[in-house]
Amino acid sequence: MRTRAVAMALVTVLAAAACGSSKGTTASPAGSAGSNPCAKGNLTLVTPGQLTIGTDNPAFDPYFQGPTGHEWKGQFNHDPYNDQGFEDATAYAVAEQLGFQKSDVNWVAVPFNNSYKPGPKNFDFYLAQVSYSPQRAQGADLSDSYYDVQQAVVALQGTPIANVTTLAGLKSYRFGTQIGTTSYDVIKSVIQPTQSTQVYDTLNAALQALKNKQIDGLVVDFPTAYYMANVQLSNGTVVGILPSADSGSKEHFSMVLQKGSPLTQCVNGALSALRADGTLAQIQDRWLNQAAHAPNLQ
Amino acid sequence: MTAAIAIEGVHKSFGSVEVLQGVDVEVQERNAVCLIGASGSGKSTLLRCVNLLEPVDSGRILVHGDEITARNVDANRVRRRIGIVFQAFNLFPHMSVLENVTLGPRKALKAPKREATDRATELLTRFGLADKRDEYPDRLSGGQQQRVAIVRALAMEPDIMLLDEVTSALDPELVGEVLGVIRDLAQSGMTMLIATHEMGFAREIADRVCFLDQGRILEQGPPERIFTDPVEVRTQEFLRRIIEAGRM
Amino acid sequence: MATAVISTVVVFTAIGLAVVNSPGWPSVREAFLNGEIFRASFPDIARAFVLNIKIFLVAEAVILVFALAIAVLRSLPGPVFFPIRAIAIIYTDVFRGVPTILVVTMLALGVPGLQLTGIPVSAVFWAAVGLILVYSAYVAEVYRAGIESVHPSQEAAARSLGLSRLQTLRYVIVPQAVRRVIPPLLNDFIGLQKDTALVAFAGPVEALRQAGIDEAANFNFTPYVCTAVLFLALTIPLTRTTDWLIARDRRRRAASGVA
Repeated sequence: MRTRAVAMALVTVLAAAACGSSKGTTASPAGSAGSNPCAKGNLTLVTPGQLTIGTDNPAFDPYFQGPTGHEWKGQFNHDPYNDQGFEDATAYAVAEQLGFQKSDVNWVAVPFNNSYKPGPKNFDFYLAQVSYSPQRAQGADLSDSYYDVQQAVVALQGTPIANVTTLAGLKSYRFGTQIGTTSYDVIKSVIQPTQSTQVYDTLNAALQALKNKQIDGLVVDFPTAYYMANVQLSNGTVVGILPSADSGSKEHFSMVLQKGSPLTQCVNGALSALRADGTLAQIQDRWLNQAAHAPNLQ
Repeated sequence: MTAAIAIEGVHKSFGSVEVLQGVDVEVQERNAVCLIGASGSGKSTLLRCVNLLEPVDSGRILVHGDEITARNVDANRVRRRIGIVFQAFNLFPHMSVLENVTLGPRKALKAPKREATDRATELLTRFGLADKRDEYPDRLSGGQQQRVAIVRALAMEPDIMLLDEVTSALDPELVGEVLGVIRDLAQSGMTMLIATHEMGFAREIADRVCFLDQGRILEQGPPERIFTDPVEVRTQEFLRRIIEAGRM
Repeated sequence: MATAVISTVVVFTAIGLAVVNSPGWPSVREAFLNGEIFRASFPDIARAFVLNIKIFLVAEAVILVFALAIAVLRSLPGPVFFPIRAIAIIYTDVFRGVPTILVVTMLALGVPGLQLTGIPVSAVFWAAVGLILVYSAYVAEVYRAGIESVHPSQEAAARSLGLSRLQTLRYVIVPQAVRRVIPPLLNDFIGLQKDTALVAFAGPVEALRQAGIDEAANFNFTPYVCTAVLFLALTIPLTRTTDWLIARDRRRRAASGVA
C-alpha cells in the first residue's frame, strides 16, 4: 500500500514537473504539489487521502471518552471516533492542522508495545500515552511533546485534603511517594510540607499507606494518579495537578511514527502551531483539568 | 514426746534405681543425729526428701507431728522452718555475703530490711565472719563460704537443720572451722540431721548414729556402740574401710 | 607490646597500599568516598538517624522484658502448663522463621488497613511492634539458654530457703542467667539496631533510606558511608562497654561451689 502511495506521489510530482512550472511562476497554493512537504497533497500516507491514526484497545479515559463503538467495545473502553478525551481531541486537532476533515480520519487499534517497534506501520501516527524514551526512539520516530507529564496529588474522598484548592493549602498534610522519583523532588521543593515525607519502595506500598490513612496525599505523575483515583481506589480523588519542580527530567508524551517517516516533521509542525495558538492548553484544560476533575494547584 | 523429725518407710527411686528402700529414722528435739554410709547410699537423697526438695515415692515424713509429705502441704512454708546446708556451699555468686544471708528473711519471711540486716550481722559476727559482710563469695575461702552457707540457713530461724556432707568439699585445714560452727549449734540445742564422713566428729557430737546401707538404715545407736562395737557385718566392713583410709 | 604495634602498623599499611594502588581506586573513591557529598548528605542522614535511635531504645526496653516473660513461660514445669509452653514454643518458632522484613511490612501496612478504632495507625509504631515480636523470639531463646546454664543446685539452695519458684527465678536464677548470656544478648541488640532500617519499607525515612534518597539524587554511594559511620558510632561504644562489664562480672561466677 505504501509503495503504491509513493509511486502515485512520484507520478504526481513528475507530472507537475512535466507541466512545467517555469522560473518566475509562483507555485499554485491549493491542491497540487508545491514545495511544502507538509501540504496535504504531499503527505506520504498509509491510505492516500485518509489520515490513519493508531491507538491502543482498550482506549481509557481521560485520554479517550464517550461511548464505546467500532472495535472499541466493552467496559472502560471509549470509541476514538467520538472526538472526546484529551488524546482524542489532540489527535483531531493535529489532523485538522494537517488539512484533514473529521471524515477523513480513520482509526486503527494497535497494541501499545508494538507501536514503537521497528518495522512498517499500518498507521500514519499513533498516540496512547507513550512516554518518550531514547530506547523507543531507536525503533521509531517519536514526535515532540504533546503533553508534559506533571505530578498530581491523590487522596481519599471525604478527607480534609480533598478540599484543598491551593498549593499553600497542601503544606500541613503528610505526603508519600516512591523512592528516587521526580515526585519526591516535587514534594520537597514545591509543596514543602511541614510533616515528614514518607517514602516507599513501590507505588503499591504507597497506595496501601494512603488507604491506611498513614499518609494524607500520594504524589505521583498525573496519568498514574488518575488511574489510582478512578480505578485502583474505590473512594479516590485527584486533589489537583502540581506545578513542576525546577530539577528533574521532564517526562512527556510523544506520538509514534514509522522510523524516518516524512510525516514526523509535519506532525511536529502541527503541534508547534497548536501550542503557539493555545489550542493544546485549551484541550488540556477541558479534558484534564475539568472533565478529569484535576485542577491546577497554584 | 513427738519427734522433731519422723521418717517412716520412705522409698525413693530415680528412674530404675531405687535409692531409698524403706527408711525409718527419728530425730528428737534438740538432738543431733548423724547419718553415715558409703557414697551413693542415699544420705543426700534422704535429706533432700526431708526438705521436700525431692518428692517421696511412698512413706511419710512428719515434722513436729505434721505430715509434710501429704498432699496440699505448702512446701515453701515447710522449707522455711527447715534449714539445709549443702556440700557444695551453693552460695549465690552474684550477691554479697550479707545479701546472701538476708535474701531468705527479706523475701520469704517478708522481714524488713533493717531487721534482716541486723540479724544477719549478729549471726555473721557470732561465727567470725563480720568483716566479710560485703565481700562476694569468690573472695572467700572454702571454709568461709561454708560458714556463710550455715549462717544463711540459720538466718531463717529454722527449727531443724539438715547438713549434707558439709565438710567433704573442703581442704583438710579448713574443715576444723566449719566443724566448730556445727559443734556450737549442737551445743546450743539445735535439732540436726547430719550426713557426714567425719567419723571423729560424729562420735563427738551425735546423740545417735545411723548407718545407711543399700537404701535402708541397717544399724543405729549411740556413737560409742556403733563405732566400737557394731553388730552388722556390713557396718563393720564400712568402718574398717574408713579406718584404713585414715579418716578416723 | 612493641611487637603488637609494629605488626599492626605493617599489616594495615600493606593493606592500605594495596587498595590505594589498585587500578579502579580513583573511581571507587569518587563513588564511595566523595568528601563533598559526604559533608552535604551528613546532616540530613544524621537527622534521620534520630528515628533509628528512638525505635531502637523503645524496642530494646520492651524486648528485654517481653522475651524474659516468654522464656519463663517456656520453662514452667509439669503437664498442667503444657499449653503455655506450647504457645511459647510456637511463638519462638514462627517469629524466628519468618523474615523480619515481612513481619515489619505486613504489620506496618496491614494492621492500619483494618481501620479499627483506637488502634494506632502510625507505621513507626507497628514497625517497632514487628521488631519487638521478632527479636523477642531470639532473645527468649538466649535467656532460656542462660537460665538452663545456671546449675540446678542454685535453684535447690534458693528453694530450700523457702523462696517460691517465682522468687527463685527473680532473685537467684535470672540475675545469674542474664550475666552469662550478655555476649549473645549484645549480638541480638546490634542486629536490632541495624534492623531499625527496615521501618523504611513502610514509609518513614530513617538513616539508610535517607542515604538511598541521596544516592538516587546524586548517583553516588557516599551517603551510605555516612549511614555506616553513624551506626558504628552507636554500636562500638556499646560493645566496648559490654566487654568491660563482662570482664568485671566473670570472676564472680567461679565461686560458691557451683560445678
